[in-house]
Amino acid sequence: MTETRQPIIGQSLTRLEDPPLVRGKGRFVADVSFPHQLHMRVVRSPLAHGRLLGIRIKAALALKGVHAIWTAQDIADIGPIDFREGKIEKLEPYRQPVLAQDYVRYVGEPVAVVFAEDAYVAEDAADLVELDIEELPVIVEADAPPGVFAPGLSTEAAIVTQGFGDVEGAFASAHAIISLDLQMGRHSGVPLETRGAIGLYDSARDVLELHGAAKVPHKNRESLARMLGRTTTTLHLFEYHVGGGFGIRGEIYPEDILVLVAALRLERPVKWIEDRREHLMCANQSRQQRHLISAAVDAQGRLLAIRNEFYHDQGAYPRTHALRIAETTCGILPGPYHLGAYSATGYYRLTNKTPCATYRAPGRYETNFVRERLLDAIAERLGMSRVDVRRINLIKKEEMPYARPLSVLEDDVSYDSGDYEGLLDQSLKAMDWDALQESLKARRAKGEIVGAGFALFIEKSGLGPTDGAHVNVDTDGVVEVLTGGASVGQGFETVVGQVCADILGADYRKVRVVHGRTERIEFGIGAHASRATVMTANAVAVAAAKVRAKALDMAAELMQAQPGDLDIANGLVFRRDAPHGPSMKLGAVASALRPMAKTRGAREPGLSADGWFESEHQVYPYGNQFAVVKIDPATGAIAIERYLIAYDIGKAINPMLVRGQILGGFAQGLGGAIYEEFLYDERGEPLSVSFADYLMPTLSETPDVEVLLTEDAPSPRNPLGIKGAGESGIAPVGAAIASAVEDALQCTGLVRQLPLTPQRVKAMLKELQSRRGLPA
Amino acid sequence: MKPAPFTLHRPATLAQATALLHDLADEDARLIAGGQSLAPMMAFRLARPGHLIDLNGVGELAHLCESGGMIEIGALIRHVDIARRAIPGVTGALLRAVLPHIAHHPIRTRGTFCGSLAHADPASEWCLTAATLDATLVAHSASGRREIAARDYFEGAMATALRADEVLSSVRLPQLPEGARFAFHEFSRRSGDFAIAAALVIFELRDGLIAQARIGIGGAEDRPRRISEAEAVLNGRKPSPELFVEAGAAVAAALCPMEDISTSAAYRRELAATLTERALEEAAR
Repeated sequence: MTETRQPIIGQSLTRLEDPPLVRGKGRFVADVSFPHQLHMRVVRSPLAHGRLLGIRIKAALALKGVHAIWTAQDIADIGPIDFREGKIEKLEPYRQPVLAQDYVRYVGEPVAVVFAEDAYVAEDAADLVELDIEELPVIVEADAPPGVFAPGLSTEAAIVTQGFGDVEGAFASAHAIISLDLQMGRHSGVPLETRGAIGLYDSARDVLELHGAAKVPHKNRESLARMLGRTTTTLHLFEYHVGGGFGIRGEIYPEDILVLVAALRLERPVKWIEDRREHLMCANQSRQQRHLISAAVDAQGRLLAIRNEFYHDQGAYPRTHALRIAETTCGILPGPYHLGAYSATGYYRLTNKTPCATYRAPGRYETNFVRERLLDAIAERLGMSRVDVRRINLIKKEEMPYARPLSVLEDDVSYDSGDYEGLLDQSLKAMDWDALQESLKARRAKGEIVGAGFALFIEKSGLGPTDGAHVNVDTDGVVEVLTGGASVGQGFETVVGQVCADILGADYRKVRVVHGRTERIEFGIGAHASRATVMTANAVAVAAAKVRAKALDMAAELMQAQPGDLDIANGLVFRRDAPHGPSMKLGAVASALRPMAKTRGAREPGLSADGWFESEHQVYPYGNQFAVVKIDPATGAIAIERYLIAYDIGKAINPMLVRGQILGGFAQGLGGAIYEEFLYDERGEPLSVSFADYLMPTLSETPDVEVLLTEDAPSPRNPLGIKGAGESGIAPVGAAIASAVEDALQCTGLVRQLPLTPQRVKAMLKELQSRRGLPA
Repeated sequence: MKPAPFTLHRPATLAQATALLHDLADEDARLIAGGQSLAPMMAFRLARPGHLIDLNGVGELAHLCESGGMIEIGALIRHVDIARRAIPGVTGALLRAVLPHIAHHPIRTRGTFCGSLAHADPASEWCLTAATLDATLVAHSASGRREIAARDYFEGAMATALRADEVLSSVRLPQLPEGARFAFHEFSRRSGDFAIAAALVIFELRDGLIAQARIGIGGAEDRPRRISEAEAVLNGRKPSPELFVEAGAAVAAALCPMEDISTSAAYRRELAATLTERALEEAAR
């Protein structure tokens, strides 16, 4: 047998997690049931704002199969839903109660809850619960004057600010000032399966369990324990297959708390599965902001200062993230450009709509759109090309790491590495940009409405500060990697498995990755903010290296060699100088390290180790996206003729998965750019509560996308050099398509709002005709 | 999204079905064949029938035949059957051209032609087809059979001349003469969505001049209908891009489109005109 070490990191291996999924053996939360379980149905407010005067449950309670019905009074001892990162004094009074108390503030707000023998009866009973609500005036726009949240509390719950430098001075001495008023519609993540939660109480062990966790099981365990007055040791969260998280799944919602409290008090398992209408009405929404942004530039187009004021529509309540999106909006807006001075002011306002929180690339989808529109407008004003205005402002490779006195996720902004201009050049070449301009010009001359646009962006990923993992090899050579990470379908097991197999020398197919189980590991960061690969994989690398060292040490004694003479590959320990010679299976090494084994000597029992990785700052991947579009002047429909995504990942563990992340993200970005929008009427009634009204792009609407994946700028902030991939596909799509649409119309300043629905495009065409003095 | 309680009935004959409808007339009974519209409405509890009468066991409604210059489509003919059964003539070709625009493949394998007409969604492609072709709708009840002309059938969005005790047992479409030209164009934001507007145009060319023009518009108003003003523009004239623009303008002028939060009446009107022009251009080719 010949053994050589082939790299596993960097290979597009097929996914470890796929076998059950492609054979129909997956288990999602709705597939999970426990004997004797009750089904929960939430009674929701039909009004966007009102005073709750009374709730009549008698008729509902009388229905056969109904076990209990609760209102706020029944859970008066449970406080409102906590913020994930702990106490935030100023926002405390705005937190959402688990069940509405005196007021309802959005359509869909939980008001009462039914527990019944089956899901049908539960829904029948919920229909019979009568709500007496005195309707109050609503606020549906965040840029409307603030109103009253509760006596003494304004709906302007906070104002966030960031900035640096002499903004006033820069504007006073500017060569030109360019101002835009831009807004972005509400959209959000719509995973394949809806949310779900099952509460289970084991009174014999006094352990409370929440099944159906996602994203951040360990963080949520802490919050839930705090809210329920339990210790974390007796509260456990369990994750099953998750068909997409996108930031909105796995946060703590009222239903998670209700199933737990009910399981405790009713002493039966309690199952809740969200239906699609509830999902589109009650799960976190995102994105809705209006920005009033101005740039002061010099005659060469350099950004002297940006002043940005924005209205952040938070919906009815701050959710678990509190101010994070508004803060990120401030901190990340300058993107890849130099900026002399900056001031950002965000009005964080509550409206009578579904509450908002993070959705894939929070604060970046919005700011990429705003900033890149601004750059295009500057180019037009100064008569520069859109490429040149960016070139002159880009932060250079030699300036890395590049710090700015701003913060994102309470972390000081410091770009770690990057060659922004280099990647721009690669994309321009891939697009054959100059020739493309000529051909588009020729087509426009013939009457076609075609154009190309692009957007540059910085991502942020790998939020620390620390994560740990445990690696264990059993006596059959199977490697178990215990992590506090979470899988939201992104390929977490594969990435972690590849890193472990590569570093340790194990057989990749023999690695089993545990995640999303608080009873197996005490700490964990879950999967959010594109951090799992950066943080967890690096922790796994540390643990795997320790296991490797221990295996070599043990095997050296058994094989009468020095550890340095040995290597491990595919789960076999062998001599470097005699790859055809005798070898030892990792399982045999693990056997030699069993507690009772004499061979163990003074070594710690077991072939296992813990590893921790710490990071001072986030890492900042970067990229650009290019779009070529054609507009049908009669319908206003936008056809995407070509799309390129260039992205520097630092180091790809599995390029196929990175591409998958990019393409999936792109489709969602396309949704926000053209199709998806949660609309509300003037009474705050949600109008997009089915897939007939909330239009996600399907395969037919999604064009082929070219991906230019580079590894030019590995991160110096972790040994593997990796950066996150999760949000790169989505982040600048609205920006790039808006730029292409304006190029097609040959007029900047027309795109002021996303999504670019056919009707809005048609309105822009009319505006253009009237600007040019042509008959409409 | 679990439906409210209902009782399911499974008649084996049309007579049993109409008898059930008659007996349950006061108890909100609904017929179900493909269920592609009714079942989601029940899941949303927008429809709460006390009784569902399942037509799928009524074999006599599974007919699709041509006789006397009419194509008759029975109540159990699924959308996909329109392509699978070889429907002859120009009308057959027209039906096959319209078919792919209906929703998505899984829906087409289950939903029925007559179910679309009974449901009467303003954007339904088959409703537009029936209106444009002046179809005859055949209704059965315990008290007998009657025929309803398409122009008298559609009464508004999801409202028809069918009585609560009637089964839409079949629809009869006239066979178009050989040489008749047609085209169907619709616009929706995504493939398979309900059309914001749709146009079905049919005409013959006699000595180079348009004759027997039919212009049907769906999705724009609360029901599909022929636009006689536009047909009048076309008849007796030579096809040309200018003429088609004129016909589109006549459509726009005649329409009184629906409006909702994401689509204005003006947008629908212009769209209907554009789709008419494009369909006419295609048909003239």
